[in-house]
This record gives sequence, structure tokens and C-alpha cells, in this order.
Amino acid sequence: MAEILVLVDHVEGTPKKASYELLTLARTLGEASAVVLGKGATQAADKVGAYGPAKVYVSEAAELSDFLVGPKAAVLAQLVADKSPAAVLIPSNAEGKEIAARLAVKTGSGLLTDAVGVSAELVAEQQIFGGAVAVQSKVATGTPIITVRPNSTAPVEQPSSPEIEQVSATFSEADKAAKVVESVVEAKGGRPDLGEASIVVSGGRGMGNAENFSIVEALADSLGAAVGASRAATDAGWYPHQNQVGQTGRTVSPQLYVAVGISGAIQHRAGMQTSKTIVAINKDPEAPIFELADFGLVGDLFTVVPQLTEEITKRKG
Amino acid sequence: MNIVVLVKQVPDTWAERKLKADDKTLDRASVDVVMNEIDEYAVEEALKIKEAGEGEVTILTMGPERAVETIRKALSMGADKAVHLVDDALAGSDAVQTSYALAKVLETLEYDLLICGSEATDSRMSIMAALLAERTGKPQLSGARKVTVEGGNVTIERQTDNGYDVVQAATPAIVSVVEKINEPRYPSFKGIMAAKSKPLTTLSIADAGIEAGQVGLAAAPSQVVEFANKPPRQAGQIVKDEGDGGSKVAEYLASQKIV
Ligand SMILES: Cc1cc2nc3c(=O)[nH]c(=O)nc-3n(C[C@H](O)[C@H](O)[C@H](O)COP(=O)(O)OP(=O)(O)OC[C@H]3O[C@@H](n4cnc5c(N)ncnc54)[C@H](O)[C@@H]3O)c2cc1C
Ligand SMILES: Nc1ncnc2c1ncn2[C@@H]1O[C@H](COP(=O)(O)O)[C@@H](O)[C@H]1O
Repeated sequence: MAEILVLVDHVEGTPKKASYELLTLARTLGEASAVVLGKGATQAADKVGAYGPAKVYVSEAAELSDFLVGPKAAVLAQLVADKSPAAVLIPSNAEGKEIAARLAVKTGSGLLTDAVGVSAELVAEQQIFGGAVAVQSKVATGTPIITVRPNSTAPVEQPSSPEIEQVSATFSEADKAAKVVESVVEAKGGRPDLGEASIVVSGGRGMGNAENFSIVEALADSLGAAVGASRAATDAGWYPHQNQVGQTGRTVSPQLYVAVGISGAIQHRAGMQTSKTIVAINKDPEAPIFELADFGLVGDLFTVVPQLTEEITKRKG
Repeated sequence: MNIVVLVKQVPDTWAERKLKADDKTLDRASVDVVMNEIDEYAVEEALKIKEAGEGEVTILTMGPERAVETIRKALSMGADKAVHLVDDALAGSDAVQTSYALAKVLETLEYDLLICGSEATDSRMSIMAALLAERTGKPQLSGARKVTVEGGNVTIERQTDNGYDVVQAATPAIVSVVEKINEPRYPSFKGIMAAKSKPLTTLSIADAGIEAGQVGLAAAPSQVVEFANKPPRQAGQIVKDEGDGGSKVAEYLASQKIV
């Protein structure tokens, strides 16, 4: 069976859910191999065995964490040359897409980004123009390199005892051109990752100030959701920039998106309009967010949201 | 410090965007077009860096004839000159091919910094800085919400999923910016008048040494097999709060089996 390489996205040894989704998807396309890179890779390699890879390629070379993107693309390029996989699957987040881009150039291959599905013939489905058009695309040159959005497949466990192979990589000067001198964590911890959460609750300018975001957080916690924000809210300093949803923030595609005090500007929609179900709470009946809401509530968020939170907590018992 | 800014012309995101039935490429002719919004921030950042020292800002665009309108806008903001790569042979090029063509033009320009936007609103790929860094061998400083140039070094704050990374490289470097970085200026009347006489070089693929067989739809390494327009999202139920709004939302979520 053809080998399918999956780049595992992990945070210091803990794989993200998207990695398990990709391993599950890869098993439908051929024989899945996981590629785990950077600090904590050995730890992450142990965990991915639950999702059925036949092999795990590991490298903890310091360059992988010390320099931006280039070294990761270099290891993958080396694996593509050595193993001739049928395809490479990479999680579609900012870094994943950039790794894929450099890999495409290094290997002379075609690249498809933001797939929401991949067929056995390696045809990828993409949704473009805010979900208005569904496109089926394929790679015509080289090794298909496909980045796949989180929440595209449900992860299914399949315990395996993969063979673990240490990869020794060599890096060019160009791979090591951009040095990461510091990594600063700003996000609030404890809630699901915005990009992967199946429910996202976002607050906008209607929240009024930073303290009031606790109203959105309480609703999010009752639903087990991640918290997002509009640009108006992040620019005002009410919530961290990392939580911005939209064109220049994160793109989310959860089962449920709740927009609280958000008008629904086109740049905000760009990041959330492919959500499965959209609920909007806004006091202005003319707010454009209602055009795409499956359920819209016209009302004051300061009374509606606490009541909703209480109701959900009650129902969940 | 000489800076090249990549500016793309894109369909207005408010307009209905379509793929053409025949060759399955973006219909760029029948829609209103604008400068890719984030590219205004790229131009602004270049102008600010230039104004703090000296040097020239050059706009580089690959796109059809009418992209000249967008180039003029960048010039009216204050850029010094522009290069427009335009050739029918380029139509339908994908991102990987576009990076090849732009890299070819870059070989003919001298620059300490290349600045582009983080994402084009039509393709939404956010990979041009990475593609060009790989092609040119220059450092990739992408996703910057802050750029500091000191001597021969550029340092950026790169937004990450849980904070930011401080990333550093020597010039010449390739930077992409997000909209947090600045507030773009509006072209002044004087700027608009001055833009009309600023140098604009038009290049064909032959002028830039681009091989015809490497670009365009037929040679594209990624290809659209088919597409389907989906029915627009229908607005759902809209309910006015009568004191039980929160419960109404909870009922809806329960009816959808979400809670
Ligand atoms: C280059 C560029 C990139 C951008 N990228 C993004 C992006 O990534 N993400 C993003 O979100 N935006 C982005 N924007 C900004 C976007 O254009 C809007 O300005 C922004 O989304 C507005 O945020 P908002 O909806 O919270 O604020 P507003 O538009 O001011 O809306 C606030 C809403 O809250 C409602 N409200 C107020 N009080 C209450 C109350 N008590 N109860 C209920 N409702 C209430 C109001 O009726 C109103 O509809 C970008 C803009 C540019 C130019
Ligand atoms: N055809 C083009 N001409 C000039 N610049 C471009 C072109 N395509 C992309 N860019 C630049 O690359 C950035 C990112 O685009 P993308 O990777 O396509 O999302 C844009 O903001 C532009 O600055």
C-alpha cells in the first residue's frame, strides 16, 4: 500500500486533535506514517500510535525549534525523496500552510491548501469564497501536498505498534535564515484551542469592556467551547489578539458558532461563515450577522447571555 | 533601505465572486476589483520604514491590465515606482507558479526588504512569503504584527496560536504583515496627482526571463477538477427577546441536539 506522510502538529509532545484527524484520513488513502518534529517529538511519537500509523519518523534536531518553518520543510523534503510517499498531509494552520509551501517548492510539487476532505484518488475538496463554492482539486505535478482543515474528519482510534525511525536531517543556510529568539505565551489557558474546538463563542464591540468578556467566557465554559473575539474587541484590548476570528485572525469551522455583540462585518464572516450552525445575539435587528444566522436573537446580550448560560448549565445537569 | 512591496488586485469581497465555467479559474473580469486590503498595510509599513531613513519603495504586481488601477493607488499612497508583470501566458497560474514568476522579477530588483500582505482575500492561502523565501533563499519573517529594522537586522513579532514569537534575520529579508501593524494612510490629492507621473515598468514574461512552459493554467501543478456553486446560506429564524430570549436560544440548541 502506498505510504501517506502525515505531519503531526504538537505542542511540546502533546499532539493536537487535528493530527489524529489526519492520521485517520491517511488510513483511508494508504498506509499512514506519522512525522513528528521538534521539541517533545519522542513523547508525541508514543501518543500517535493510538491512531494507526505503520511508521513514525522522529527528529528532535534543535534547528527545528530554533528557526522558523524552513527546517521542518527540509526534513519533510528529505522524507519525500527517501520514501516516495503517495501524498503528504499537513494540518491547515498558519505554520502548516507555510511548511507545505516550502515543501512544494523544494520537491517541485503541487500544493492544495485548506482541504475539507480528500478522496481515495487524492482529489481534495475545498470551500472557497466563504463557502459559496465547493471545489474539487488535484495535484498534477510531483507529490501531492495537501493541507487539511481541523474538524474535517472525526478522529478514529486504531491502536498500532509503529516502527519508530529517527531521521537525521541536514539543513541549508537558507533553512536557518530566520531565528526564533523568543516565544511568548499570551493566550488564556484552560479552554479548547480556537482552531479545533467544536463550539466557539465570540464576543464583539457589544461587550463594552474587557471585564464583560467574563459573560462570554461563562457561556463558553457551560458549552465546553473556545472563546473568540471580533477585531473591534481585540483592537480595544478587551481580549488577546490570538483569539481574533476573521480574515486576519483565525478561521474556524466549528459545529456551533455563537456571535455575541458582533455586527458581522465581511472580514469577520471570512473566518466563521463555514461553521455548521450559527447563532447570533445582537440588539440591532438590522445587524448583517443575522443574514447568516441559523438562529438569531434580537436582544440585549447582558440579559440574554447570562440566562442562556444558566439554562444550559441546568440542562446539562 | 530599498523596499519592494507586493500588491495584489483582488475582487471586492462584498461582490459575488465566481469561477468561470469553461476554464474553472476566478472570473476577474466581471467583478469590481480593489487592492487586497492587507496589502495597504504592507505599503504603509514600507513607507514608514522609508520615511525613517532613506531609500525607495517599489511596488510589484502580477496581474491583468486593469491591475494598473491598484498599482496607481499604491503609488498615490507614496511609493516611488512600480513594476507590473502582465502577460496572457500567466493567466490561471497557481500560487506556486506565481511565486516562480515573482521571484524571476525580483532577480532584476535590488532590495533590502520585501514586504507583502499576510493573505490575499481571493486565494486565502497565506503562503506567498514562505514560497518566495524558499525560492530566493532569503529569510522568511511572516505574519508580523510589528517590524523593527536596526542596522542590517530585521526583527518581527510573529503572531502564533497562543501568543507571539520574536523572529530575527539579516537583510535582505521577506516580511509579511497582518493588519495589527499600522493604520494605512489615505492617498492625498497631491499624492494622486504625483502618482500619474511616477515610473511604471511593464514586463512581459519574456522581459522577465520567465519560461512560458512554467506558468499558466495548462502547466499548473494544482488543478481544479470540478466545482459546484452552493446555494447561499439561508437566514434562519430570528426571534425578538421577550424576557425569555436566553431560554429560546437554549431550546434551539437542544432542538439541534447541540446541548
Ligand atoms: C484589513 C482588515 C482586516 C480585518 N480583519 C478582521 C478580522 O480578522 N476579524 C474581525 O472580526 N474583524 C476584522 N476587521 C474589522 C471589521 O471590518 C469590523 O470592523 C469588525 O469585525 C467589527 O467588530 P464588531 O462586530 O465587534 O463591532 P461592531 O461592528 O461595532 O458591532 C458591534 C455589534 O454589537 C451590537 N451590540 C452592542 N451592544 C449590544 C448589547 N448590549 N447587546 C447585544 N448586542 C449589542 C451592535 O448592535 C453591533 O451590531 C478587519 C478590517 C480590516 C480593514
Ligand atoms: N499576483 C500577485 N502579485 C503581487 N503580489 C501578490 C500576488 N499574489 C499574492 N501576492 C502577495 O502575497 C500576499 C499573500 O497572498 P496569498 O499567499 O495568495 O494569500 C498578498 O497579500 C500579496 O502581498
